[in-house]
Amino acid sequence: MRRALAVLAAVVTVGISHGAPAAEISISCGAVGQELALCREGAEAWAKQSGHTVNIVSTPNSATERLALYQQLLAAKAPDIDVFQIDVIWPGILAKHFVDLKSHLGADEVAAHFQPIIENNTVADRLVAVPWFTDAGVLYYRTDLLDKHGASPPTTWQELTETAQKVQDAERAAGNDKMWGFVWQGRAYEGLTCDALEWIDSAGGGTIVDADGKITINNPAAIAAIDLAASWVGTITPKGVLNYQEEEARGVFQSGNAVFMRNWPYAWSLGNSADSPVKGKIGVVALPKGGADGKNTGALGGWQLAVSRYSPNAEAAIDLVRYLTSAEEQKRRAIQGSYNPTISSLYQDPEVLDANPFFGNLYDTFVNAVARPSRVTGTKYNQVSNEFYNAVHSVLSGKEDAASSLADLERTLTRISRRGKW
Amino acid sequence: MRIPWSKIAFYVVVAVIVLYTVFPFYYAILSSLKSGSALFNVDYFPFNASIDNYISVFREQPFGRNILNSVVVAVLTVVASLFLAVTAAYALGRIRFRGRTPLLFTILGVSMFPQVAVLSGMFELIRGLGLYNSLLGLVLSYMIFTLPFTVWVLTTFMRDLPVELEEAAIVDGATPWVIITKVFMPLMGPALVTTGLLAFIAAWNEFLFALTFTLSNEMRTVPVAIALITGASQHELPWGNIMAASVIVTVPLIVLVLIFQRRIVSGLTAGAVKG
Amino acid sequence: MTTASERLGPPGPGRAAAQLGKPEVSDLTRARVRSAWLFLTPMLLILALVAGWPLLRTIWFGFTDATLDNLESYELIGLENYIFLVQDPTWWRAVWNTVWFTLVSVSLETILGMAIALTLNAHFRGRGLMRAAVLIPWAIPTIVSAKMWGWMYHDQFGLINDLLMRIGILSEPLAWTADPDLAMWAVIMVDVWKTTPFMTLLILAGLQMLPQDCYESAKVDGVHPVKVFFKVTLPLIRPALMVAVIFRALDSLRIFDLIYVLTSNSEDTMTMSIYARQQLVDFQDVGFGSAASTLLFLIIATATVIYVTAGRLRLDGGR
Repeated sequence: MRRALAVLAAVVTVGISHGAPAAEISISCGAVGQELALCREGAEAWAKQSGHTVNIVSTPNSATERLALYQQLLAAKAPDIDVFQIDVIWPGILAKHFVDLKSHLGADEVAAHFQPIIENNTVADRLVAVPWFTDAGVLYYRTDLLDKHGASPPTTWQELTETAQKVQDAERAAGNDKMWGFVWQGRAYEGLTCDALEWIDSAGGGTIVDADGKITINNPAAIAAIDLAASWVGTITPKGVLNYQEEEARGVFQSGNAVFMRNWPYAWSLGNSADSPVKGKIGVVALPKGGADGKNTGALGGWQLAVSRYSPNAEAAIDLVRYLTSAEEQKRRAIQGSYNPTISSLYQDPEVLDANPFFGNLYDTFVNAVARPSRVTGTKYNQVSNEFYNAVHSVLSGKEDAASSLADLERTLTRISRRGKW
Repeated sequence: MRIPWSKIAFYVVVAVIVLYTVFPFYYAILSSLKSGSALFNVDYFPFNASIDNYISVFREQPFGRNILNSVVVAVLTVVASLFLAVTAAYALGRIRFRGRTPLLFTILGVSMFPQVAVLSGMFELIRGLGLYNSLLGLVLSYMIFTLPFTVWVLTTFMRDLPVELEEAAIVDGATPWVIITKVFMPLMGPALVTTGLLAFIAAWNEFLFALTFTLSNEMRTVPVAIALITGASQHELPWGNIMAASVIVTVPLIVLVLIFQRRIVSGLTAGAVKG
Repeated sequence: MTTASERLGPPGPGRAAAQLGKPEVSDLTRARVRSAWLFLTPMLLILALVAGWPLLRTIWFGFTDATLDNLESYELIGLENYIFLVQDPTWWRAVWNTVWFTLVSVSLETILGMAIALTLNAHFRGRGLMRAAVLIPWAIPTIVSAKMWGWMYHDQFGLINDLLMRIGILSEPLAWTADPDLAMWAVIMVDVWKTTPFMTLLILAGLQMLPQDCYESAKVDGVHPVKVFFKVTLPLIRPALMVAVIFRALDSLRIFDLIYVLTSNSEDTMTMSIYARQQLVDFQDVGFGSAASTLLFLIIATATVIYVTAGRLRLDGGR
């Protein structure tokens, strides 16, 4: 409050004397490490160019904690943060607190970004956030192990199951008894929603709730996909996966104890770091299809930038967002930090591809990534996701079969949604 | 040969206790000396130890400042809650008046709400008082969990002090304030040090309020700073750094205990006075 | 309970002070009661300030349909939240988990804390260092120790599986935090490790404030140490022990961060606080979450009253 008043006072006095007020903009991006460094460099470059000053506020790395903090601030209409970095699933939850950016950005500027993400960030015809970088689930595999056992990267989940089993058995027979076929994120949390959505969507089983708000989860393709995944636990996947997040999965894979891993692109540069036991033995492909007539898919992740309605310096804040999401800035971030751009043309940029060879092969995955149903479910999304991952988790841990679990889930979601009206 | 055997058994018990409490901390130290992929291997002794993690903790954020903040907040919290609690405990423990038992229960009731439930009300309060993003705001909000605890514990101890001392003081014409400060406080040494230490640690470790009521890195306390340490990218967990930071913040507490332990023992002499 | 003071002391000249409880109201008594309120006022004012508003607000929201992003316009919906809540099996599961967790972990902590406190109360070389060592788990921030144990529990590269397999107790790694049958025990283990020092310190403070004379007479009489413990020590430190147990129980009935970090929202280990937080924060449902918090408060309050009554904990000081 005091700070806001001070800023206001400063703006007023400067405004009177100079006419062009210099504002102090607070942006929340990352915490420490490379993410923060990249954000700081970008924001400072903008500050230099525009004459404003920027303040970087670090927020919790855990997405749920960050969301809770944002909500606390926004519900109090606090002017302390002007620009928010938000997760791809939050536009529906936080929409009302953000400025509509559509009129502030030119139409071609908007069109340069991936269409699905722009759609995702548009709530009730208001563009509440500009895409900053994207993310999609991909399949990592051990090139050396597949070569050794004469297998090729799988194109369907069924094929993955067989290959994983074959390689795991052979490696264990050769004395490598810690070897597992496939690791992924199975803890009852948002990550499992992403993983399970990929299995279901790749088999044509929909996205839990469709764009019109209809609950579609209880269908044969979805049931078969979840049942297949449940069959992995204890065979090609360690039982502990039921409490794995991204880092636990990476730990197993990077220490050389897994053939396949589902993860986000961040694991690439870490897996190839100097001290990694699997350095140079990693391949990345799109996630398999669910059956021969399925499709390659990957859950859409990534982060957007939004401007708070309670910002006393909205104009300057919008300008900062435009600067940070521009093609030049996204290119710099892609080259220095492997952050996937949201601007299509950058995937043909030779410098970007030079730094990240797999960007080119996976372009289709990134552009066609499947969004979680957060826009249509709005503030109820977290509840939907919670019900979904708990339902899937109970199948994976063998407490229920997929058919009855998904039927229950359908009933629960119908109740939560007030019969599909949301 | 009876004595050596029981002595040996005693030291075995001591060893087991120390192993149980210290080993995870030892493991944290081990982990803090590792980097990169080595973290994914189980080792029981430090191989290739490096202090890189310790350096980067201080380089990448104002960690020294965070430690200072924590110290200031915890000390102020302890001083304020002990001051308020000692006087209150005298009233509750030594003076009989109407409504004392309901009052004790009301005070206890305060610590029966989940912290997350009072969070948003507390947030409004802190903002309303203009204490957002300040250390004083944290000290004030920490009273909600330190006060009930310190009041109750000190009341219990205060109640059991011998009545003769107070009687003698009253005969000498001492005011209640003098009785508290001159007669009881010296006897309360162990209880004061113990409750103070527990309140200190509670304030030192608090996370949820500290995260919500501060915004800038310069105002954050240690647990928040540690929780906000991230790897180079979103999902990467910088295990080594987190462990290094934890070791750094645990050491002052150990020093604190070593300094105050004489006071903890001084109860023996207090007992002698009593007897 | 027999305290040192009751056994001691001929009726001295300061009779008035000893008769404070008597109905006749002397000037001294009045003055003392006045000063009692004077002493209580600052503490009560601060407590009313920091606790009054947030708590009343929570209770109030429990009767409304407020949501986190809209705390200004809401409707009173009476008991609807509560009716929904008591019909939710997940809630009752959370209640049961919490009660079970509290019973087991507080019992273990009390026994262990007592054992460690008795050890520390003895005179031996290196006692100071051991006192510091014992406090370490309590001194590590919960967030960190939960993450640390999560790492040690890891089924593939966790230390615990490695250790148990080296010793030969396990033949294959267990998924400590993922297996529904093990997860609660894994959480209890960490809680016991983390909060036993709290018990130890409070019991130790109680032990150290005990009069030495009865021990000496017991020693002279040659009473067996175990008998001394049950006949002398335990009754004497009971008030301190009871208070320590109350606060540990209150804390563990509200346990949140440890479980949240170790197993997040998994229903196998979901406690009342985690349930309330999920409704309040994840699902934005401030009304429902507040109702859950209030019910949690009522459950804890009832348990406390039962405990205090059954334990015959005397709040009136006994004189």
